[in-house]
Amino acid sequence: MSIKLNTRQVGDVSVVDVAGRITLGEGSSALRDTMREMVGKNQKKILLNLGDVSYIDSSGIGELVSGFTTVTNNGGQLKLLNLNKRVKDLLQITKLYTVFDVHEDEAAAIRSF
Amino acid sequence: MPRHPVLTLVPLVTYSDDSLCRRFRAVLRMRDNKQQLPETVERFLDSTLDSVDSAEELAVGMAQRAGFGEDDLTRIGMAVRESVVNAVVHGNRYSAHKKVRFSVGHNSHKFTVCIADEGEGFDFESLPDPLAPENIMRTSGRGIFLIRSFMDEFQMRHLDRGGTEVTLVKYLVSK
Repeated sequence: MSIKLNTRQVGDVSVVDVAGRITLGEGSSALRDTMREMVGKNQKKILLNLGDVSYIDSSGIGELVSGFTTVTNNGGQLKLLNLNKRVKDLLQITKLYTVFDVHEDEAAAIRSF
Repeated sequence: MPRHPVLTLVPLVTYSDDSLCRRFRAVLRMRDNKQQLPETVERFLDSTLDSVDSAEELAVGMAQRAGFGEDDLTRIGMAVRESVVNAVVHGNRYSAHKKVRFSVGHNSHKFTVCIADEGEGFDFESLPDPLAPENIMRTSGRGIFLIRSFMDEFQMRHLDRGGTEVTLVKYLVSK
């Protein structure tokens, strides 16, 4: 499985459940398309649930950064939920962990917007 | 003339439990690896993203047989992936006429991966620091940084016939 994205609405927050690999090619472009589509619909509160992401490469990290910038520039907020150890380590060594608002509990994440 | 026994003084070193366990596991792994024959594989890959998956799979499979644990397998896989992506995308620019030479091998001490493209090469000094504040929010430019972070050695060189070759090394026993 490369990547699977499912979007659901919880109140005024759009939650994107991401599963699989966010790597150069299908994975990163699918995430990019989803983010652009949401920004296009003027969705301002986006929560990316990365709990089932097994792998992310530098291209995937680039897509997270790109999504964050696009949403922020549109006056919205992009937050991350359920990072596994690999993804968390990756964001820490690239010094991006503190850039994102990261949550471990969905209800708390939704309340934080 | 009688020979006197030679006394060797062994310095007393105290290890923390964690350090001792790590060293013990490393020694066990080294002992096991000595029973394995060195293994080397070379492939000439098409300049496609499918090749990236194949190279990663091949390297991780061999690293597993060499005795690396789960965390190191992830690091090796990611470093190989980033390196082959660089060769396919930035080096050969997906050219159907250019190949990526990929070789991977190990002996009892280290695991080595070599990746060479047929591209135009680039100025190694021009690589921006992805951790510099002005670069943190860039959407690209982290690949080589990650490779360096995950491997014990990383070298780049320009090939005489054109192209760039990178060498990645991971020690089977921590230095």
